[in-house]
Amino acid sequence: MSAADTGNEPLPSLEQQRIAQAREGRWRPLPLIRSRHWRWIINLSVLLYVVLAWLSVDVNWSRVAQGMERGQAFVASFLQPDFTSRGGEILTGLWESLTMTFTATVIGVALAIPVGLGAARNIAPLPVYFVCRGIIAVSRTFQEIIIAILFVTMFGFGPLAGVITLAFATIGFMAKLLAEDIEDTQKEPLEAIRATGGGWLQWINYAVQPQVMPRLIGLSLYRLDINFRESAVIGIVGAGGIGATLNTSINRYDYDTSAAILLLIIVIVLMSEYLSGYVRKWTQ
Amino acid sequence: MPVKHVNNVPVWQRREPLKQYAIWAGWMLGGMLFLLCWKVISDNTIWEFMNDAGTQAGSLIGRMIPPDWSITGSLMLPLWDTINIATVGTALGILIAFPLAFLAARNTTPHPALRAVALAIIVSSRSINALIWAMLLVTIVGPGIFAGMLAIALRSIGFVGKLLYEAIEEIHPTPVEALSSTGAARTQVLAYAVWPQIMPAFAGISVYRWDINIREATTLGLVGAGGIGLQMNAAINNLAWAQVATVFVLIFATVIVSEWVSAKVRHAVI
Repeated sequence: MSAADTGNEPLPSLEQQRIAQAREGRWRPLPLIRSRHWRWIINLSVLLYVVLAWLSVDVNWSRVAQGMERGQAFVASFLQPDFTSRGGEILTGLWESLTMTFTATVIGVALAIPVGLGAARNIAPLPVYFVCRGIIAVSRTFQEIIIAILFVTMFGFGPLAGVITLAFATIGFMAKLLAEDIEDTQKEPLEAIRATGGGWLQWINYAVQPQVMPRLIGLSLYRLDINFRESAVIGIVGAGGIGATLNTSINRYDYDTSAAILLLIIVIVLMSEYLSGYVRKWTQ
Repeated sequence: MPVKHVNNVPVWQRREPLKQYAIWAGWMLGGMLFLLCWKVISDNTIWEFMNDAGTQAGSLIGRMIPPDWSITGSLMLPLWDTINIATVGTALGILIAFPLAFLAARNTTPHPALRAVALAIIVSSRSINALIWAMLLVTIVGPGIFAGMLAIALRSIGFVGKLLYEAIEEIHPTPVEALSSTGAARTQVLAYAVWPQIMPAFAGISVYRWDINIREATTLGLVGAGGIGLQMNAAINNLAWAQVATVFVLIFATVIVSEWVSAKVRHAVI
């Protein structure tokens, strides 16, 4: 099969070779990319990138070796998390995180609904559409933590800055997905309500809202979940919540407390996931 | 159809009365919970800071405009680092998430106990933000890009693993049965019956996570894990808001480009 293995012939004969080989019991799956040249170019560029990326990393292996002990201590601390010695701080932090999460989600969703309506091409006029899409782009680009830094500078330390941060991030997330959902709605109910002479609010309330409501509820619950996870982070820059406690415990190498906080976060996220799965089944 | 009689004239109602009351009660409870939560927030807030929030915001924006373009050149290397953190981190995460997803999917798992372990790993990885992983890893492997890559990888495992195992559970069983009936080995069934069905989803999920990771990688420098976040942190600590604005513009541009790439690839494969 020396001629068949060169593979320099044009495509049809390659195809025939494949079939001929398959008849002899040497079947191979079709390659993902047809052209041999492109396969080589892609493989080489991936290799080149890996080399370049590897050059940009300078791993200080002696430092890593030193840290391994701490790594082991951290893993071990998950087996003996310490909930009690910093119990008070953990409890206040968690309570603050949970209240921040809920408040921010409610405010964020309430603000995201008008933005989402404005960002849906099929119901919003073009100028409104561009303004709302702009709001979504800005809100989605920047990570919660960056927004938190700005809001902490403006509003001072404390949970209020955190609530505003999470609400702001919620607007972009919810409005984008809501707008996409509205754009996917069926046209007929929209036209039907229009045809009866319903006003704009009636149009939204009876034609659009019933179609998007299940997804809106599902997304809100999902965002509640995300906001809780984010609330554990924005505390690092002083925006309230459990993050500050977590940050302190990690910086002090008090891994037993860190493990306790992380476990609590995992358990709460798990519970909220089960809950939202249940509610979503119920609304659909 | 629920109908209410007003002066013997039937009036159409959207819902049965009992259901309507239940919905009102739900809204009431939700509103009360919201007010309670708001009270907690309000008690923990120093409202005096709010009085000058307007002027603070004004002066902040005033100092950000115009951005200090002179540092753009020195930001290119950190930006390259950020992209590397996201890309290599995503690749590492996918490498671990891929076998994990097969262990976690109900139809491909070798044993229910292994499935529980895989699910536990996926949930733990998903629940914890990349920034927290980065904080931990900086204390373990030292500050730098390496910690950032590992943090992104650890966070990506859960995300990719979850979406991938859901995709595996949704495959058509017929090709699997067809191959099994020919006497194909387990690995052959996975390679020729399962893999072709999940490949588009896999590519889409990976690119989507890469796009998210670019965003997350821009912030990892705040805790010392390398990338453009280091420069941002330094500028913020120096209160050099004009430089911060430059970093913001660069991040904005990078994210827009990565989102465009990710959208293109996802359209191509799905």
